[in-house]
Amino acid sequence: MATEPALALSRRDVLLSAGALIVSASTGLVPSPAYGQSAGAGAAAAGSVVELIPSPRELDSWIAILPDGSAEAFFGKIDMGQGLEVAIAQIVADELDMSVEHVTVRMGDTATTCNQGGASGSTGVSLGARPLRNAAAEARRILLERASKALEVPADQLSVANGMISARGASGKTVSYAELIGGKHFDAPVEWNKAVGNFMDVKGQAKPKAQSEYRLVGKSLARRDVPGKILGTTDYVTDVRLPGMLHARMIRPAIAGSTIASVNGDSINNARVVREAEFLAVVAEREWDAVEAARTLQVMWNPPASDPFPGTDALHEHIRGATVVKREEALHKGDPDAAFKAAARIVQAEYLWPLQSHASMGPACALAHVRDGEATVWTGSQKPHSTRDGVAKLLGLPPDKVRGIWVMGPGSYGRNDAGDAALDAAYVSKLTGRPIRLQGMRSDGTAWDPKGTACVHRARAGLDAAGKVVAYEFVSKGLSRVDVMFNESDPRCSLAGMTLGLPLDSGVGLGTPSESYAFGAKVLAWEVVPPLLDRCSPLRTSHLRDPLGPEVHFGSEQFIDEIAAAVKADPVEFRLQYISAPRDAAVVKAAAEKAGWVPRKTAAHSKRSLHAGMLQGRGIAYAQRGDTVVAVIAEIEVYPKDGRIWARRFTVAHDCGLIINPQSLKQTIEGNIVHGLSRTLFEEVQFDRNSVKSVDWASYPILEMRDAPETIDIVLINSTDVPPSGAGEPTMRCVPAAVANAFWDATGVRLRRVPLSPPRVKAALAHI
Amino acid sequence: MAIVDFMLNGTPVQVDADPRMPLLYALRDDLGQSNPHFGCGLAQCGACTVHLDGQPLRSCIAPLESVQGKTVTTIKGLGTADKPHPIQQAYIEEQVPQCGYCVNGWIMTAAALLAANPHMTDQQIRDGLAGLKCRCGTHVSILRAVKRAQALMTGNTASPSPHGD
Repeated sequence: MATEPALALSRRDVLLSAGALIVSASTGLVPSPAYGQSAGAGAAAAGSVVELIPSPRELDSWIAILPDGSAEAFFGKIDMGQGLEVAIAQIVADELDMSVEHVTVRMGDTATTCNQGGASGSTGVSLGARPLRNAAAEARRILLERASKALEVPADQLSVANGMISARGASGKTVSYAELIGGKHFDAPVEWNKAVGNFMDVKGQAKPKAQSEYRLVGKSLARRDVPGKILGTTDYVTDVRLPGMLHARMIRPAIAGSTIASVNGDSINNARVVREAEFLAVVAEREWDAVEAARTLQVMWNPPASDPFPGTDALHEHIRGATVVKREEALHKGDPDAAFKAAARIVQAEYLWPLQSHASMGPACALAHVRDGEATVWTGSQKPHSTRDGVAKLLGLPPDKVRGIWVMGPGSYGRNDAGDAALDAAYVSKLTGRPIRLQGMRSDGTAWDPKGTACVHRARAGLDAAGKVVAYEFVSKGLSRVDVMFNESDPRCSLAGMTLGLPLDSGVGLGTPSESYAFGAKVLAWEVVPPLLDRCSPLRTSHLRDPLGPEVHFGSEQFIDEIAAAVKADPVEFRLQYISAPRDAAVVKAAAEKAGWVPRKTAAHSKRSLHAGMLQGRGIAYAQRGDTVVAVIAEIEVYPKDGRIWARRFTVAHDCGLIINPQSLKQTIEGNIVHGLSRTLFEEVQFDRNSVKSVDWASYPILEMRDAPETIDIVLINSTDVPPSGAGEPTMRCVPAAVANAFWDATGVRLRRVPLSPPRVKAALAHI
Repeated sequence: MAIVDFMLNGTPVQVDADPRMPLLYALRDDLGQSNPHFGCGLAQCGACTVHLDGQPLRSCIAPLESVQGKTVTTIKGLGTADKPHPIQQAYIEEQVPQCGYCVNGWIMTAAALLAANPHMTDQQIRDGLAGLKCRCGTHVSILRAVKRAQALMTGNTASPSPHGD
């Protein structure tokens, strides 16, 4: 991997290198070709609008047939290990009538893929596959057209199998994709919808196949990234090595909001200080020297005039009392004020969600080489096009002079520390003039990543005399989901930009429940409060896997149970009574059936004695996420003596439209359950009034094998008439409330604050 | 600086470095190994795990000098594509990893557990894998893979269906 890619490869370079995207350093840098204007009618508009490189308007930017007849699909998102790569290959292979083994998916290199938004919002298949499917269909149409001419057979009398086009009947005429176009451009346009990011789409003249014609879509084909990961032959971003590189570590203050008073460069050995304004790093030829230097460097800090944080246990009180920067009602139906006034009975509750860390498996690593007015950055960020844009802005370079290359990193669950690491590496490279490999220490991944937001949810329901819900209100108040943007495309939202004094750009947004309960008058709203510290905050907030999903639905789906209990209704029956969307009702029913749900009017605990020091309970939660709907039933054991909850069995019913690969889907759902369970039971960022105390796995514990579920039963509902939606995140949002509802069933006690950790459980059950 | 000699994946190697430097940096930076990984530097996660004379070792805190004259095996030395270790084969068949950054810890630890006892109960497997982290939440398929590896090693092919129903 000790290679240096040229800045921007043209598609033709890619073809000539038979798909090898990494070229040897010995080839040197090639001038950025006028890609996107290379040929084809699609480029005719060049000059009238800013052209993207590569151009989404060209079929060649999406699909290539190599000299050996195999195909490459250029995908502007990335696969974090949830089976997206093989899913895209299945889709493209089906459209091209090829075998999946002959389709390679190229991902994450800004020089060769269009900006489809990277990994984002569980849209990998739902949005990401669309242009690939359309482009593949168009490629097949063009190939058939050419074959028709070559074979002198009408196109409608040709068939394709495994990339070989044959005339039907006795003539026996055949021509292969390789013979028609192998290694050459299509030079054909596709119609681009002008969107950049998740919604980028293209269309050709061809109509993609009907679902009934799929051969590969719907099959559990094996992922191709697995063997290399298991045999130790796959390189991660941490394994990229550049000739002449220096190792770098960033230096952060112990007390948040501090500025640098002085730095003693003599306090470190075999390393040197790199500094501009508050941007402070150490670099060394040897990695261990950089690690040691980061540990021993003497820095005098000026602490902020006042402590910036309320402390972990005062956070929710702070949020309750904080000024509302912005309030937004996602839904306002009927006349809630009048309905609440007229209600015979009010049920209300408040739910608390803590700040949580991405705490990726390893701290982020990035490599950067900035020189001669251009830059290349290797990143584990799930949005390498955003990395490119952020680095370009930070360095004052045009985006086409910066190349972002995604290489699998140590996990990614949203805006973790990867984006910051990439911009930091680029800036250290600029200041040193050397290629840089920058990696965080554990605290950079836990204490200094952007955090998932903390909120206080206020829920209120008005019931009439018959117990019918006539008024409903759910308001979430919390720290913005985009205090720093959900990607690193704007350096104002990066630690590098903030330490260098760029103006601040705090965004505002939160979220509301996604469900279809038809409750008379209904209000769903959010309120955002100001960030705790506006610059260089270790508690700045941004997207963490399923942003606002677990946070909001922990409250809303537990509150549904509380209303059900208030009217002595079974939680499943109660949901079905009010759910208005048929697919929503279907997942609730499917989960209940699979789990063998036994209707109950009240918590089971009253009927069970404390047997063998353990109580059992069941709980359900359901939610939508985009067009995906999920219901989760948790069956838990509670051990009051040590406060332990073991969520022993989960049952999931999941409908994400047309299923591409059932096995990958099931394992993605399992990952959602376990990650969600970890966040439910264990995770809360600890901080005092001026510093973050969660710095490693001891101070930020997550779920370990002891607490993993024994069984996860999954019912996949394959709605083949519904386009595929997403699965990377939806299940997670049901986990916290399902567990909390099961806890109430087991104990008769409500836990309205996450995490449901052993000390909280013990305290809650002290009277039992 | 000091010269430390040891066996790495069956080959004698020599490193001239700070003897207190953790083995992990010698493996990655001096010996060019892309595995194991840095996860925490605190022996809290397992991403850096290798075998030292067949036993799991967190290489992120083990001083280089402590492996003088010993045998170090990384995940790459545990098995190959042609001849994977049963736990590697099981991991591949079960399609376990997501990001995969953590696998050194789970696979190297499980390999040692399986060598000591290929007939572990579920509880013994869970206990034996304590202290390891996986942030993608693949724990349930890790358990399936360890059971599958047990079946592979003991010839009991009647292992449970990998993906439930």
